[in-house]
Amino acid sequence: MGDILNLAGTNLLAPPVLFFALGFAASFARSDLEVPQAVAKALSLYLLLAIGFKGGVAVASHGIDARLAATLASGVILSALIPFIAFGSLRAFTGLPRVDAAAVAAHYGSISVVTFAAATSVLTSAGIDYEGYLVATAALMETPAIMSALLLMRGANGKEANGTSGELWREIALNGSIVVLTGAFVIGWITGPKGLAEVSAFIVDPFKGVLCLFLLDMGLVAGRGMRQSARDLTPPLFAFGIAMPLIGGVLGAFASYLVGLSPGGAALLTTLAASASYIAVPAAMRLALPEARPSIYLSLSLGITFPFNLTLGIPIYILLGNIAGG
Amino acid sequence: MQTYPKKRLEAFVEMPVLHRFTKLLEAEGVTGYSVMPVVSGSGSDGDWSREGSVTGAGQMVAVVCILSEETLEPLLDKAFAMLSRHMGIVSVCDCEVLRPDRF
Repeated sequence: MGDILNLAGTNLLAPPVLFFALGFAASFARSDLEVPQAVAKALSLYLLLAIGFKGGVAVASHGIDARLAATLASGVILSALIPFIAFGSLRAFTGLPRVDAAAVAAHYGSISVVTFAAATSVLTSAGIDYEGYLVATAALMETPAIMSALLLMRGANGKEANGTSGELWREIALNGSIVVLTGAFVIGWITGPKGLAEVSAFIVDPFKGVLCLFLLDMGLVAGRGMRQSARDLTPPLFAFGIAMPLIGGVLGAFASYLVGLSPGGAALLTTLAASASYIAVPAAMRLALPEARPSIYLSLSLGITFPFNLTLGIPIYILLGNIAGG
Repeated sequence: MQTYPKKRLEAFVEMPVLHRFTKLLEAEGVTGYSVMPVVSGSGSDGDWSREGSVTGAGQMVAVVCILSEETLEPLLDKAFAMLSRHMGIVSVCDCEVLRPDRF
């Protein structure tokens, strides 16, 4: 426990978290600090590329086994299951309309790649090993939650999801972030450690610095979103934004225990289950459930759950990973 | 100089819907269109801004095209079916062009 408290303290004072706090504070102080949108997009692409590539290399080194397949399957099941729990909780405790609840639920079933990146950074700093194929699990966990949200909406008040056709799924599958993450993973898998050695100066060394800059922007975005949407976030919704990642995290830890992941791998699967999307799912929700209010689902996932996970959540998930990991 | 009457359609649509909308324009025989970024705004669905969005999901874009009256009517029906549940505005006005064969 003492180690975990130390880790929590170290995490709170780690450069990425402090840069996020700087962005958040600057936004609330109405500073004119901003990261140009094109730069933020490039940083996001870089992080996805680096995470995907390193994960592919890890699979190439590790090889395919039953545990890898079980981890992928557990990720898909978690992503599909968590929206039903989130939806039920939202409807029972917050009074959120069905369409908003379904959209929020999709966000919490899906994952945040940046939270995942921050967790890997903490594990690496603490010298805790983890299974590299968790990146593939992250990619697979992006979309089942969207399907669950559409199922939740089917038949509700006569409002079907908008365009539940092949076109919708093509657009979701070809979302730029999923394409880069999956593509880089496959390239890393094909080229293996030799490929990583060739590009490590670009992919490995600058990673933490780029993460700091990206989190500075995320802090600005989250702070701005919170300022604009504060009136939409009632106390029950705020409580949901803290409680739901903990519920997802416990489920992730339980799945890690069943699969037999290492403590580091269990911490990452727990983090994935606890995190909420703000990149792939918002675009999918605008297409599939356009009546859902972005001010609710983005404020919850980006304004409450993301900062919570980044500061206090990750140490908790590492603790859960230690308990669940074999 | 001789000018010719045409219709000018201006649509403010959500970024995620843009691809669908421009595909519809092409399918309905619109010969050209322009897409322009929109910085920020406010409407019945609340305020929105180009800033503060991690992806393009929360952004709006403006699509402008010139078309003939015959093309306009069926296009508007299909555009309504596509966009009625989304944030945005579609407006049509009269305009004059110099080269009618292009529209």
